[in-house]
Parts: sequence; structure tokens; C-alpha cells
Amino acid sequence: MATEMSVRKYITANEAVAQAARLARVDVVAAYPITPQTSIVEKIAKYIADGEMDADYIKVESEHSALTACMGVRMAGARAFTSTSSQGLEYMHEMLAYAAGGRYPLVLVNVCRSVALPWSIWGDQQDAIQQRDTGWIQIFTETGQEALDMVLQAYRIAEDHRVLLPVMICLDSFIQSHTEELVQVPDQKTVDSFLPRYDPVVTLDVDNPYSISVGGFGKHYARWREEQQTAAEKAGEIILEVGDEFARIFGRHYGGLIEEYRCDGAEAVLVAMGAFTGTAREVVDEMRDEGKNVGLVKVRAFRPFPVEPLRKVISPVKAAAVLDRDCSWGYEGALATDMKAALYGLPNPPAILNFIGGLGGADVPPERMKYMLEKALAADRGTTPHLEFIDR
Amino acid sequence: MKKEKSIPGPVQKAGTIPTRMGSWSTAKPVLKGKCTFCLFCWVFCPEGAIVQDEANRKVTFNFEDCKGCGICVRECPTKAIEMVEQQGDK
Repeated sequence: MATEMSVRKYITANEAVAQAARLARVDVVAAYPITPQTSIVEKIAKYIADGEMDADYIKVESEHSALTACMGVRMAGARAFTSTSSQGLEYMHEMLAYAAGGRYPLVLVNVCRSVALPWSIWGDQQDAIQQRDTGWIQIFTETGQEALDMVLQAYRIAEDHRVLLPVMICLDSFIQSHTEELVQVPDQKTVDSFLPRYDPVVTLDVDNPYSISVGGFGKHYARWREEQQTAAEKAGEIILEVGDEFARIFGRHYGGLIEEYRCDGAEAVLVAMGAFTGTAREVVDEMRDEGKNVGLVKVRAFRPFPVEPLRKVISPVKAAAVLDRDCSWGYEGALATDMKAALYGLPNPPAILNFIGGLGGADVPPERMKYMLEKALAADRGTTPHLEFIDR
Repeated sequence: MKKEKSIPGPVQKAGTIPTRMGSWSTAKPVLKGKCTFCLFCWVFCPEGAIVQDEANRKVTFNFEDCKGCGICVRECPTKAIEMVEQQGDK
């Protein structure tokens, strides 16, 4: 293993994530299988059984226990990994908030899947969005390569002493999780140079005892919560810092909190998260060829929310079409709400057109993205809010 | 209790508590009988509010931490502690 080389492999994003957990020298994996995450933990179990990965695999009885076990691993000063989807993430909900409030630098991969009812194993981002306010840093990826690279970066971000918050790396089910693509799997030595061993601030130690995860009332509670917010905001800077260092070592850069694609001089932009941005690039290219001034904004970090970068890129355009694979029922897509809030205070801000699509695994083909961008091109600043379900 | 600045999140040096409970109390323990220095009260006190006087070894109470639960009264083998009701501001 020590002499292995960086190799290009034709693998799914799920296998890429499993490779990342191996390369991150994770000490303990605690996970419960669920479609479409299963092949991640299957691969990891195989690496451990085959002696390719030196880690303990705790077979837990639930996702709630999986995350709790990971918190214990962190208390002991070791590195943990877990992964889940949909109902599993929902079941983890209580401990997600625990882990963030307790400042546990965990890394979790969520393979985004719709939430019941109606029952569906297919993809959308409702599961991750519903965990938005648990305090996790949430990063959405587009490809298997980005998923692998972001898991490695996630450990650096989470374990940074200026952050110490858990990180959720999101990938889209099936489009990423079960589709093979070429992925550069880095070698262990290079990963080691980027990601050193975990340096915990506090561990369970009889010689230097701490009460970890204590209660607090009133002003103590409030102070810790305020510190948590400061750390979550700080994470924005650290994501950039770690991304730049990753690029220097591995040669791949994803643009930070958001990625702008052909936004120069754009009159309208499509804003989206996750794997759909791959299709959107093609649509933008095609429309640019037709002489239409459109661009794509890929939101990578959903929490912390990239307010300043978005204000900068969105303020010159006439309108933004925001594609949400989720809905805050009774209002609108969560990304659209945050986009509008980010533009607050701008004089005559761009119109925000919200399209909800790709729910329950529905495809959003290029024609429909084109439709959204055409609608945005036709909209004027100051247009009244627009909400449209596009899957039917 | 002052928290060490460098440790983020709800973590305390062991043996310390983040919130002082003195304001909860409606009655306070008073040592009236014979203290045998057994320190049963110290063991059972949930707030760590019992302190041993270095000079005479008798127990005293830290009323910033004592929430007036009376557990010390029940646990004292010589029944040396009594609860005294408090009225108005302490």
C-alpha cells in the first residue's frame, strides 16, 4: 500500500468515496446500509476484510447509533467515517444536532435521496435540506472525482481548530452514486502529506480529565451557540484555504464556495447544486453558441451559505433561475429562499425565479433547463416571485 | 466557572460545572450537630457545593453552588445538618 501510485479508475462516486475513506486513514467506520449509499459501506467493509484498510468496522443497529459511535471515536481522539441516505439521515437527525453543537469534527457522506412519503429510493435533495439547521457544514458535489476530493478536504475542514464542526458531503443518488466515470484516485503518500493525523483539542484521558458534551443553561448555552455560529461562518474561509492547498498538491480546484461557469456578461444565470450542474454546463454552452448571454452558478457550500460570492455574481444579472431538488412545503425551494435573502438590501435586485424539479428521481433534461433560462432571460428586475414545479 | 478559552464547545475541565445553582435554593443546609468528618455529604452532593474547612476539618457549604436539595441532610450519618428555610432574597 505504501508504494501504490495515483491511478485513474473507472468507478462510481460511491466507490470513489470509499477510496477516500481508505486514503483518509479512517480509524473506525460505523454505518448502517441503505440504498443508494450501500455500495460505499460494502466497499469499505471489503477493503478492511482484504487488509487494504486498517480500520475497525462497527456494525450498528441504526443510523442513530452509527453517528453516536462516531462521536465516541472522536472523543477517543481517532478519525471516524459514516455515510447514509434519506430515511437513514432522518433517523440520525437528533445526533446530527448533537454532533454539531458538541463541536465534533465528523465527516459524513450523504447520498441524497428523496424522503418518504411517497416512498421512493430515487434521488432528490430533500433529505440533506431537511438537516440544514442541525449545524453541519454541507457541501454538494457534481462528480465522483469531486466527491472523493471533498471527502479528503472535509477532514481538513472539520478538524481545523478554527472550525471543529462536522461536515456533510452530499452527492446525488444514481447520477453519481451508481454511474461509473473516470476518477483519479490519489496515492497514499500524497494524501498523507495533505491530510495529517487528527490533532484533537480534547480527548478522553484519565490523566487530564474533561467533562465532554456537558449541559449549560441560559447565558452559557447562548455563548456556546454563538461560538458555534462564529465557527460556522469561519468555515467559509477554511473551505477556500483547504481548497487552494488541495489544488496546489493535486491540481484540481473547484472554485471555493460557489463555482461560476460562463457568468461573464450573463443576463440570466441558472443556480443549482449537485449533479444537475453537469447537464447545466452543456445547456449554457449550447445557448451561448446561439448568442444568448447565460451562465451557471454552482452552489457548492450550502452551509455556510456563500452570501458574498453570490451577491457579487448575481447582482449584475437581470434574473436568476434557481433549481431546487427540494421544497420547504408551504413556501418554496430552500435554495431560492436563501438566494433572495442573500440579495437583501441591493437596490433593484435581480428577479429570482424558483423551479422545483428532479424530485423523486425525476430527470431534468437539457430542454427543461433551457426553458428555465429562457424564462429568466425574459424576466425583468423586480419581477414578482415565481414558483414552478417542472417535473410534471 | 471560567472555561478555558482554547477549548471549543460544551467541554469543561472535569470536576467543574458551567452553571452555578445557588439561585435555585429556597432552603439552605446548616451544620448544627457533630461533624465526624466522614464526608458522606461531600460524596453525595450533586453540585460539589460542600467544602471541608482546612482548619477544623468540619464541612461548610458554598451557597453559590448549593441548590438547596437537602441530600446532605438525608445522607449525614449523625444527622448533624439541618435545612433552614429562606425567605425573600437570600
